[in-house]
Parts: sequence; structure tokens; C-alpha cells
Amino acid sequence: MAVQSQFAQALLDPAHPVPDGVVDPSGRPAGKRFNVYRNNVVVSLLDAMETAFPVIRKLIGTENFRNLAGLYVRQHPPKSPLLMFYGTDFPAFLDGFTPLAHVPYLADVARLELARRSAYHAADATPVPADALSQIAPARLMHLRFTLAPALQIVPSPYPVVALWDYNMTPDAPQPPAEAQTALITRPAFDLHMQVIPPAVAAFLGALRQGNPLDTAFDTASALDGAFDLTAGIVLLLQSELIVEIHL
Amino acid sequence: MLDAQPKRPEKVPNRAGVGFKAQHLDGILKDPDSIGWIEIHAENYMGDGGRPIAQLRHLREQFPVSCHGVGLSIGAEVPLDRDHLARLKKLVNWLEPGLFSEHLAWSTHDSHFLNDLLPVPYTHATVDRVVAHINQVQDTVGRQMLLENPSTYIAFEESDRSEIDFLREVSERSGCGLLLDVNNVFVSATNQNYSPQAYIDAFPTERVGELHLGGHEQDADDFGATLLIDSHSRPVVDPVWALYEYTLAKAGPCPTLIEWDNDIPEWDVLAREAARADQLLSAVPAAQAS
Repeated sequence: MAVQSQFAQALLDPAHPVPDGVVDPSGRPAGKRFNVYRNNVVVSLLDAMETAFPVIRKLIGTENFRNLAGLYVRQHPPKSPLLMFYGTDFPAFLDGFTPLAHVPYLADVARLELARRSAYHAADATPVPADALSQIAPARLMHLRFTLAPALQIVPSPYPVVALWDYNMTPDAPQPPAEAQTALITRPAFDLHMQVIPPAVAAFLGALRQGNPLDTAFDTASALDGAFDLTAGIVLLLQSELIVEIHL
Repeated sequence: MLDAQPKRPEKVPNRAGVGFKAQHLDGILKDPDSIGWIEIHAENYMGDGGRPIAQLRHLREQFPVSCHGVGLSIGAEVPLDRDHLARLKKLVNWLEPGLFSEHLAWSTHDSHFLNDLLPVPYTHATVDRVVAHINQVQDTVGRQMLLENPSTYIAFEESDRSEIDFLREVSERSGCGLLLDVNNVFVSATNQNYSPQAYIDAFPTERVGELHLGGHEQDADDFGATLLIDSHSRPVVDPVWALYEYTLAKAGPCPTLIEWDNDIPEWDVLAREAARADQLLSAVPAAQAS
């Protein structure tokens, strides 16, 4: 057991000596040869982080990002070979990283980037037809429960996370306004769609996703915003192809 | 018959294939005859759904597929990850690949995944461990696995047998086949100071089900000796093409993959590499001794 423990420790810690018994073909200390493995591990994980967090990279610059991600990958190496989901601890890492405390929105932008990835790889689901609810008697409507699309993601933030994302990823996008934004991410077919929704709509969708009936979801949303528009909420559900099953 | 191509072709032919990258999808679909098959990295298709899996389903209707795992950590001192093995079984069940392979390497330790193909010492204890892990994989997935020879940069003092003896023993005891990466042979032979041709001469090519070709980078070690890095970031170099011809002359025709995973080129560049392999393959007599 000792060999791979030593090897693993030395890979992530440049100050750790090359493990005992690791040599070149003439039996001399492996030296730089061992660094090939160190480099492969760290560079491949940095590349995975760059793929996962393109907006964070743009916000702080590539060099800063790779230095920061270098700290992250050594403290939080992946727990799974599914690198498409690597970086789930990065928002919390950013929250605790005091040298970047003057950029307080970074962690929420990272949460948004992770949510987009989850949505991208979420299970496929066939939505109900757009007229599915019109065939249901009005008296029963408010008691319906739904299974919502697995790709649905909601990211609330006190910062303009959707505008920050757009500004860095979409050519000619406007400067982000100084406002709180809640992101709704959906995936009709395979392409992600992202929009800003009011907190009451987020509460409405959240309540439905937890399996609550429409009337409870309506009450939850109305408690946040007395003017919550149920019809608009139902139209959003259907237009965004969020309902995959109706439970009568 | 114009319509002779079977749907969901299973058997991987003795032709060139490529490691599939999403940016090449249009190029491949425009000229599907330019390659005989595709290989995927299993771990990239273990999400629940979405575009990657939809693309693979689509390609699977037209192409034989080889499923190449990079994260099972066959050589690890720790037990195999049962969740990962279950994901692999699920993928193989729907994909029905014509070939299924993994590496002689480890990457998992203390529940951390180190995302590289790390080397193992060639000892009796390692043979036992690798055989046990391959048996577990083959029993779970329900098909034969091919085990790939590694590219290595270091040696272990405790190794007491050659890489070839190690691979032969593992293959004979577990019943697994072998995947012979010709670029890895060239890289390891240079780094470990032996003849790549002698390696091919001694290799149990009768157990080989697939060949790999790829590009490498050149560096030097602390003593100025050439150190080749298996980077999959460049064209296959001429000495590796020559070693490939040498291998084909001994082993006979065999499905051959062009690997290009970093600094990925335009489709035309990769297709030309595949065409070169196809040309060499078609020049090999089909039936070889033994």
C-alpha cells in the first residue's frame, strides 16, 4: 500500500520527495522523470477547470485563474473519474478565498456555471404537449402535481449572475446592471436556455419540483409576491417544456 | 446491393478508426467512409443524457464502436470503484461496443482520482492484483477486455520481470486480450532504453485485438537523455509509422486507432492520419501464420 500512497502524495505536493524506489532505467533517481506525472495530473485538472468555469477565467484572467485553480486542484482533487462534474466544491472554495473578497460575485457565477453543466448532462425527458393542461377540468387543475424536467436548474443570487455570464460569453451583450438576479436554466432538447426569473417564480417552480400541488406552489409564490401571476407561471412551465409528467 | 450496410454494425473491422471528438461530428458524417469505426472514452458518456449521449447514439447506428475506459484504475492497490464499474456496465450494455479496453495503470487512491495513467511495478504481487481486477471487470461487464500497454517515464526498483512477461501472464491468467499501443512502445522504449522492434518481436501479438497510434512530445531528463511524453497532441511521427508497419508484418491486419486528444486538429488533418493507417493496413496480407 505504501508505494501508491507515497506516489499519490508526491504527485500533488511539489515539495514532497520522489517516492522511494522510483528510478530511471539505469537505477538513478527519477528526478525530472517523475515530474512528467506531476505535470500530467495538475495540467489535466487545470484544463478540466478551465472547461468547467470559462466565465470565472474571463473575470479574473487566465493567469490568475490557473494559479487559483492550481490551489483548488491540490486541495480538492476529483473524487470521481467523471471529470464533467469536477469542481463542485469550487464555489465554496471561492467564498472562503479572502484575497478575492473584493469580487464577491465569483462564487455565485461559479454556481451558475456548475448548474449549466448539470443541466447539459441531465437525463433526457419528453415534455407533455403544450395543450395538456387545457384538457383538465378547471376544478382539478389546482390539485395537480408534476414531474419537472431533470435539466431544470434555479440559481438565486444577490448579484446579476445571468448578465455577468452573458457579458462574458455573448458578443455585444450589455454591461451587467447592479441588481440581484435568479437564473432559470432549462434544456428543451439539447441546447441550454437561460433567463432571469423573479424570486416568486423561482419559489413557484421550487415548490412544484418538490412534489407540491399547484395550489401549494401558488401559495408559496404569493407569500413572496402578492401580485404573482399564476397564468404566467403555467405558461412558463409549458413554454419551457418543464412538465414531463402530470399526476392527477 | 446498395443497402448492404447493416444497422448498428458491431464488429470493429481491420481498418483505421479515430477517437471521437464532438467537433469532428460534421466532418465524419459528411464522409463516413473515411474511417472504419470510432472509439470513445467511456467516462465522457457517463452523464445521464443530453447532447453527448445523443450524438453517440446517432453515430452508433452507422459505425462500429470501441469503448475505451480511462478511469477504472485497474492497477490500483485499492479495490475497484463499484459505482464506476456499474456505470461502465450500463454504458456497455446499451452501446454494444465491438471492442472494450482499459489501461495497465492506476489513477485512484484514497478515494481521489488523479486523472493520469500512473505506472505499476512489474512484480508477482501486481500480477495477482491486476488479474483479480480484470476478472472482476470481465465478470461484471460480461465481455472480454483488452488491456493496453502503458507509456512510462520511470522504472521501479522492485520490478522483477519485463513489461511483456507481465502483460503475457496477466492476459493468460485473466483471459483478457491485449491492446498494443505502438506509440506507447516507442515512447517507453526510448525512455527505458530498449529496442522498440525487439519489444514487438517478443510481444504476444496473437493476443492483440486492437492497435493504437498517436503523437508524442520530446523532452530531456536530468541527465540529458531523451524523454518522450505521450501527449496525443501531434501527428504520428515517421519512426512510429515504421514501427506500425513492422508490427503489422508480424501481427497481421488489426483495427487501428488514431488518438489525438489535445490540441485537437481540424477533421481533415485527423482523416489524413486515418487514411495513412488504412493504406498500410490494406497492404498487409489478411492471413498470417499463428
